[in-house]
Amino acid sequence: MDNLEQKFNETIKMGLEIVKETQEDRLMTLSVGPQHPGSGHFRFTIKVDGDYIVFCDPDPGYVHRGEEKMSEYRNFIQNIPHLERPIIHDSTNITYSYSLAVEELANIQVPLRGQYIRALASELNRQVYTLYWLAIYGIFLGHSTMFMWPMGDRELFIDLLEALTGARVTHAFNIPGGVRNDIPEGFKDRCLRQVAYFEKRLVEYEDIFYNNPLFRQRTEGVGILTKEDAVKLGVTGSVLRASGIPFDVRKAEPYDIYSEIDFKVQYMKTGDSYARSMVPFLDMKESCQIIRELLDKMPKSGEVRTKLQPNPKGPPGESYKRVESGRGALGYYIVSDGTPKPYRVKISVGSFRNMLALPFLLIGSKLADMPSIYWSLNYWPVEADR
Amino acid sequence: MSSDQPAGQNGSEQKKAESNHIQTSISKKDEAIIPEFEGDLINKIVSRFGDKIVQVIYIRPGRSKILVPPNEILQVASFVRDTLGFDHAESVSGTDYPKDNQIEVIYHLGSYSVDKLASQVLALSTRTDRNDSRLPTLINIFKSAEYHERETFEMLGVYFEGHPRNERFLLPEDWADIPPLRKEFRIKGR
Repeated sequence: MDNLEQKFNETIKMGLEIVKETQEDRLMTLSVGPQHPGSGHFRFTIKVDGDYIVFCDPDPGYVHRGEEKMSEYRNFIQNIPHLERPIIHDSTNITYSYSLAVEELANIQVPLRGQYIRALASELNRQVYTLYWLAIYGIFLGHSTMFMWPMGDRELFIDLLEALTGARVTHAFNIPGGVRNDIPEGFKDRCLRQVAYFEKRLVEYEDIFYNNPLFRQRTEGVGILTKEDAVKLGVTGSVLRASGIPFDVRKAEPYDIYSEIDFKVQYMKTGDSYARSMVPFLDMKESCQIIRELLDKMPKSGEVRTKLQPNPKGPPGESYKRVESGRGALGYYIVSDGTPKPYRVKISVGSFRNMLALPFLLIGSKLADMPSIYWSLNYWPVEADR
Repeated sequence: MSSDQPAGQNGSEQKKAESNHIQTSISKKDEAIIPEFEGDLINKIVSRFGDKIVQVIYIRPGRSKILVPPNEILQVASFVRDTLGFDHAESVSGTDYPKDNQIEVIYHLGSYSVDKLASQVLALSTRTDRNDSRLPTLINIFKSAEYHERETFEMLGVYFEGHPRNERFLLPEDWADIPPLRKEFRIKGR
């Protein structure tokens, strides 16, 4: 009997100890990535209290290659092939602003036809990137069709870019002074045909994915980023435009011939995951129009590049140029000391800037919403690490 | 000019000379015409703080650069945000100048809330001693500078006073070398 009572008391004691657990005991730490297939080469630590995320700490750097340091060892032309490695799916845009910055430093003019071809390649490449992103977004919300379709349709634009530049993914097409080569014969008709087909496909995307009740349930009202917070965090690209700020570098500060192109900046006001996934889709639609307009207005003949000296260089100085890439503003800050090699290159990429929104949005939301928030940020780990 | 020596970095006179040099070098047109809007913008800063504190490095269409001493950067940044309307930092980068024993940190500021400033980027720069590089953090004024400053800390060794995490970010956790974007760090084999 005594023995039993003692055991009973002990049980109460144990029970009391369980009740006395601290806040820290309740939290579970989860490490998302870098081996998790859904995170890319990126890791972030989260702490969950039940279903809710209460802590998030991004840990990038798994694919850091020191692009900025490498640039200091090579001349302005040699830098092009390695500078596109951070984002091979959008390689035309990441070399675009580099070329613009070097052109300003060395005072190089680009012929008009070269500017049109540049913009055309840039639009085609943005489609390639956005489709790749959409495919991944689809599969991580459990929608396998939305993985297969964009991956397949992406080949349309890859084929076009292959005909244009000679390479499927890493084009090294933009160079200071213009583009590497002229457009091939019959390219215009082929491009128009494929863009027309792609526009029909976009309607089907909308039906199967964006109007899908399951998709809408998982994204609408999830991870809301208000206009004020978006400005404060300095996010860019589709994340910014989804929060109701119609800022697009192509419109805000037109480069090359974008000032002559008539297009609308696509934006939404809700600021949730749905808006963040819808804005790139609207951009793709608008891009089709831009491609058509570019092909229409392009001068029929003319130079596509300015002949450069073997080692182009400018007087000492610095320049900061930005373009609108698939993930928002992409800026290059280049300091030159008058030699053919840059003294300092800083790449300010959209992914790195949007990363600040990740802990901001994840803290307070449910663990199940993590994939739809993470991928809606249009984050590309390799680009952020540089 | 040797490859390691950028244009005159010693003393304010040479800096002014550099600024003129940069202006003339980019385009002949800029030499005579300072764009009106950008000129007004910079004038507002200079008239508020005086030209002893704010040094104008260059004014070009859409791009202007000013240099301020580290102890004044907080005031200038607050003024630039609250009065002029630059609301976020697009990029924060550091440049190492071993010949002057200085590191320059540049904040590229942009604006989303003021339409007129959409095409403008204001480069707010400051210089610190290379051997004891400390600067006040700007994250209380520009939250968007948080990760950029952390990157600048690990890449150039600039300690941002008041920044909650002057820690590793992109480099490996076991990195045991000098900050890699300093000029004395050489890529192996080169």
